[in-house]
Amino acid sequence: MRNIFAVAGIVIKELYRRKDFYVLFILTVLVCLIMASVNIFNDKQIVRYLKELCLLLIWVSSLVIAITTTARQIPAEREQRTLLPLLAKPLTRTQLIFGKFLGCWLACGLVLLCFYIFFGALAASRDHAWPLLNYFQAALLHWFALGVVVALALLGSLVFAAPSSNSTICFVIVATSLTVGRYLDTVALSQAEPFRSVLYAVYFAFPHLEWAFGMRNLIIHDWPLVDWGFAVLLILYLLAYTAAFLVAACLVFRRKPVN
Amino acid sequence: MTSPRTFFLTLVALLVLCFGLGANLQPKFQSFENARHQSDNFFSLLLGDSSRMFANSFFIKADAYYHSGYYPTIFDNNEAFKTPHVAEDTGAVNSKNQGEETSFMGPPRDWIDAFGRHFIPNRHTHLDEGGATDDLSTSDNVREILPWLKLSARLDPDDIQTYTVTAFWLRRMHKEKEAEQVLREGLRNNPQSYEILFELGRLYKESYDDTGRARNVWELAARYWFNLSPDDQKENRLILEQITTNLGQLETDAGNWPQAMNWLRLAQKISLTPDALQEQIDGIKWKMSEQPSPLFLISGGAFY
Repeated sequence: MRNIFAVAGIVIKELYRRKDFYVLFILTVLVCLIMASVNIFNDKQIVRYLKELCLLLIWVSSLVIAITTTARQIPAEREQRTLLPLLAKPLTRTQLIFGKFLGCWLACGLVLLCFYIFFGALAASRDHAWPLLNYFQAALLHWFALGVVVALALLGSLVFAAPSSNSTICFVIVATSLTVGRYLDTVALSQAEPFRSVLYAVYFAFPHLEWAFGMRNLIIHDWPLVDWGFAVLLILYLLAYTAAFLVAACLVFRRKPVN
Repeated sequence: MTSPRTFFLTLVALLVLCFGLGANLQPKFQSFENARHQSDNFFSLLLGDSSRMFANSFFIKADAYYHSGYYPTIFDNNEAFKTPHVAEDTGAVNSKNQGEETSFMGPPRDWIDAFGRHFIPNRHTHLDEGGATDDLSTSDNVREILPWLKLSARLDPDDIQTYTVTAFWLRRMHKEKEAEQVLREGLRNNPQSYEILFELGRLYKESYDDTGRARNVWELAARYWFNLSPDDQKENRLILEQITTNLGQLETDAGNWPQAMNWLRLAQKISLTPDALQEQIDGIKWKMSEQPSPLFLISGGAFY
């Protein structure tokens, strides 16, 4: 466990040395503040359009950070020829994978913390309300959804040759899940066989990240808190996919030459 | 050495050339200037005709906000949302909605669909009825739809419905000044719009209690309506019914019985509920018969 945390610590340090997060955070803040300065019929309490924009930027930024940070972890170690010395130490391949995953996931958590604090402050400046539990629930589900994305990108970094192709494929998969994931079965109905069965299989096998993404609408429109029972079930569902991708990554990495 | 005559002739030729070029370029330059003025809207300049498509999307977005996010996508049954409710609830739009608006999702298709519904807005609400929190104390609070309506109007300045809907909801929020500004802007872009004039009349009558201006505006709206082609008139009967009914009511309140009867009879011809209007007309007739004649007043109440 100590080895895993040591690797994770290095990944987190790498994140705050790089400029990705700072650029995306400042960009989000700037866009939101500019939009907040727009005068809409002299009404200073209009807030939902701001919340929507801010949450969308948070989701996009967090996905960019999660995928790009994870996708370059193992290829970078290989390119810099540090992978072999790393594995020569008392560190197994599985520990390396878990360490990289944990580091990226925790880094995403820190990023989300900053973003959601800004979101809360922005919403409170107009709404004059602090539905902290709702924000916490949305951020928590967001973080667990990012866990699936990080695990997927980690698996992709072992399967695909370059980080760029891995990132692109991960973005396509995640974007599909977030936009049409909920309706794949409806789309399947209008297709001919065998494409219909394939789509159905994808619908049931695909990680439904859109559930966590859908929390945005609940936050934007001040819907009540989702029953914690369902939230815990969703976390377990997302953890199951994360574990599946991590196990697959470990299996692939075990047979992968490191030099 | 060039002679002065050649020099003079060259000068004249150059002057003629300048004049000819000027005469040729001036109309072209003017038409270019006009085109530039027409597209002084930033969005139109940037997006061209596609800005209308975006405008419609933002209008739909306003309707989605009106429902606090509970709104059908292209994959859902949207029969009950053909006419945006945000426009339908103004009472000035022909509704094309059918079916049940509260259950467009239908029964869950499978366990994934059933589980996913816990994480999206899953109940039909309107912002003016309390929204997702069911808080009726803020029932006139539909401010959240305004940014999208404003953006929609910017993107498609010719869409009349955007102005009337925006003005209606601004009026509901007691923002009369802003509502008037929106309608004035709509009139600048669509000078002969009877719908905008009707909404402006409602603003004068209901918010400012200015019956004189309301009458003028509604009469102008009726005049513009009668300028429509017969086919367009057939499609836009609802608005004429509203204009004439309101004018009839306004004249009744003012005690101008004959004008009131005229407007109500006109409304009766196109109304789906002519009996109700007939009752109003009968009421006016009764009032007219009750009204004392000038001779009665002169004689001090005694008929001879």
